[in-house]
Amino acid sequence: MNASPTRRLLARIPVGSTAVVSRVSGARPVVRRLLEMGLVPGTPVTVHREAPLGDPVELRVRNYALSIRRADALGIEVE
Amino acid sequence: MSAIALAPRFTARQALVLLAGNPNSGKSTVFNALSGARTRVANYPGVTIDRRSATVALSADTSIELTDLPGTYSLAARSREEQIAVESLLGHGPRRPDVILIVADATALARALYLTIEILEIGSPVVIALNMTDEARSAGIDVDVARLEALTGACVVPTVANKGIGTNALRAAISEALARPVAPERPEVVRPAALVTDLAELEAVILGERVMERPQDARVWAQWLLLSLEHEGDELQNIPAPIRAAVHRISERAAKSGRNLDLEIIGGRYQLVDQLMKEVCRVPQAPRRSWTDRVDAVLTHKLGGALAFALVMMIVFQALFSWSEPAISLIEDTVAWSQSWITRLMAAGPLTDLIVNGVIAGVGNVLVFVPQIALLFLFIGLLEDLGYLARAAFVIDRVMRAVGLHGRAFVPMLSGFSCAVPAVMATRTLESRTDRLLTMLVLPLTSCSARLPVYVLVTATVFAPGSRLGFLSAGAVALFAMYALSVVAALTAAAVLRRTVLKGPAPTLVLELPPYRLPVMSVLLRGVWQRVRTFLIDAGTVILALTIVMWALLSYPKDPAVTAEAEAARAAVAASGASADEREARLSAIDSHENGAQLRSSIAGRVGRVFEPVIAPLGFDWRIGIGILGAFAAREVFVGTLGVVFDISGADETNEPLREVLRRATWPNGAPLMTPLAGISLMVFFVLACQCMSTVAIVKRESGGWRWPLFMIGYMTVLAYSASLLVYQVGSRLGWGL
Repeated sequence: MNASPTRRLLARIPVGSTAVVSRVSGARPVVRRLLEMGLVPGTPVTVHREAPLGDPVELRVRNYALSIRRADALGIEVE
Repeated sequence: MSAIALAPRFTARQALVLLAGNPNSGKSTVFNALSGARTRVANYPGVTIDRRSATVALSADTSIELTDLPGTYSLAARSREEQIAVESLLGHGPRRPDVILIVADATALARALYLTIEILEIGSPVVIALNMTDEARSAGIDVDVARLEALTGACVVPTVANKGIGTNALRAAISEALARPVAPERPEVVRPAALVTDLAELEAVILGERVMERPQDARVWAQWLLLSLEHEGDELQNIPAPIRAAVHRISERAAKSGRNLDLEIIGGRYQLVDQLMKEVCRVPQAPRRSWTDRVDAVLTHKLGGALAFALVMMIVFQALFSWSEPAISLIEDTVAWSQSWITRLMAAGPLTDLIVNGVIAGVGNVLVFVPQIALLFLFIGLLEDLGYLARAAFVIDRVMRAVGLHGRAFVPMLSGFSCAVPAVMATRTLESRTDRLLTMLVLPLTSCSARLPVYVLVTATVFAPGSRLGFLSAGAVALFAMYALSVVAALTAAAVLRRTVLKGPAPTLVLELPPYRLPVMSVLLRGVWQRVRTFLIDAGTVILALTIVMWALLSYPKDPAVTAEAEAARAAVAASGASADEREARLSAIDSHENGAQLRSSIAGRVGRVFEPVIAPLGFDWRIGIGILGAFAAREVFVGTLGVVFDISGADETNEPLREVLRRATWPNGAPLMTPLAGISLMVFFVLACQCMSTVAIVKRESGGWRWPLFMIGYMTVLAYSASLLVYQVGSRLGWGL
């Protein structure tokens, strides 16, 4: 399934684009925190900008700005 | 039970209102608006989060106890601190709250509603302060307050807390919620059937272990446990073993069948959030570009962001380093003035000595930190409330991540170059306890300003004014090398501790970037005062006590022979026919000699001698050893103590006679003591050793016990000793700087 062409990661979508969260995976504390912050499946999220050194990224989700590291954004699948 | 006997307790009992809300929701502003100036700050027992509470008058004859909880996005607990705060909400604390007041940021309502739903599940009466409604309106966000009330069963009061709008309505709503304490109909979270079965199983175990006051309590606790407990390594306490086992069993089983309990619980709540949002909140489809976004285009821009970051941090550092100077000098002058005043007022003797050099010096040692603490927290508060502190963490996180630190750890680390004491206090801006501990344990390795006098004295002593390395002066190179060493040491220590002692779940950054807002000065200044007050009470007492201990070690026992000899010499001067100036000079030489002789025979002096074999391989003799012991009061005290050892009282780092005497000092075999190599070894020791009792006191305060400060002393001593040993031994073998 991993090779499925429809599998897209939030960490890889271009800055400025919007997608819908489909799955969040990774270490439990991180996943739990991301879910609590509103990144549950079905939520639209925009990658708004990146930090001067390219990491972390600033997301727009549920009408507020949330910053997460790219490593954690790798665990967020979008469609 | 007699109703009459109970009556006084019940009439005297104030209703308890807990204040909860997301960070950046204006919770502190609401607290201040309601409470006026009468705030009490206490600690939760056993942990180090502040618990602010105040008595709030609702009307002429009723008042409530309002307690502020730490800002949070959810009730799930990762640390003991969070557990204690949450337990007071859940009603496991000493008292169940009568009303829970939630501050919700109207501009980020969905996220606030997640916490709200979690709190509504508890079943206590809820009042929602829908804050920042002015900002929401200008962003085109429209919240249907009546509908929100109807759907949540809570009283909803629109507020603009920073302008004082809605405060009276909040008081009225709290009164109303108290008057009808029966929880009204709540919105139901839809849960998958499998989760309902799991919860029922856990509830049964809970009810077998603990008596629950209300039927919904077991359900609330069951969900909280499933979200908060880890299979191993969580910091939560007082959870009965059968309950832990049940949680473990249930989550294992769920994981095996491919279910994610966290997602089921949190996702279910967010479904309700979405439903509520659809009914009560209209957000513009194509929002105008906010001015926060325009400012961020500069402040988080690749070049502009880096420049702005550097500029802000330079200002903060400049403030700590230079702007605090006049206030510090004033405190030092006042201390010196009161010492000489008391000395003149009281007869010379041990009591006067204790008051002057123990108590007054100790009070001075405490107060001298206040300007830097106040300034640092003023800046942190200002930057936090403005919203920039989060951007600073955003900009620098990539760099901090490399050594296992959080972006937010930058400001404390930077402040450490000025003074570790305020810097350790500033680690409170970090969310996770592990991050806080890690940062405060490596902070004392950053080269604080109190080390500078030591570097200046040593470099000026061991490097002749003209000595150069290439086109640079040798002293400047040495000084730069010490700062570089301190940075490398702090970052390496962080990386090592993160992989060893403070292992744990991978730390990460999930950081809200709140809109830029104007701070409320009264809230800011109160925050600063609370920090200063906490420092004075909790760390100040320890510092004062340690100063007195240090004084005793450096003063006792007195050698009567030395005293008698000095008295005789003074009498001889008085009897001689020398001019007033000459008598003055001779008397002060006698004083210096007496001070030196007494120090050499004091406990510290003896300890220095006993330990000479231990420190000799680093290039230090017993006299330097006494200086190092004295430096535990504060590093710069090294200079003065070393002066006294060499019979020069009142020396500072620019004192030429002290440098001269150090250059001439020798080992018993006649070899020079302060060679360039010994000087470098000494400076390396000062970079790495944990020599500051005030730092120890503040780490004890902020880590909640003696365990971590003792660990810190241990690892830094080992590090300093090994590094100096390496420098001196390798240098000697190679014949460098002898």
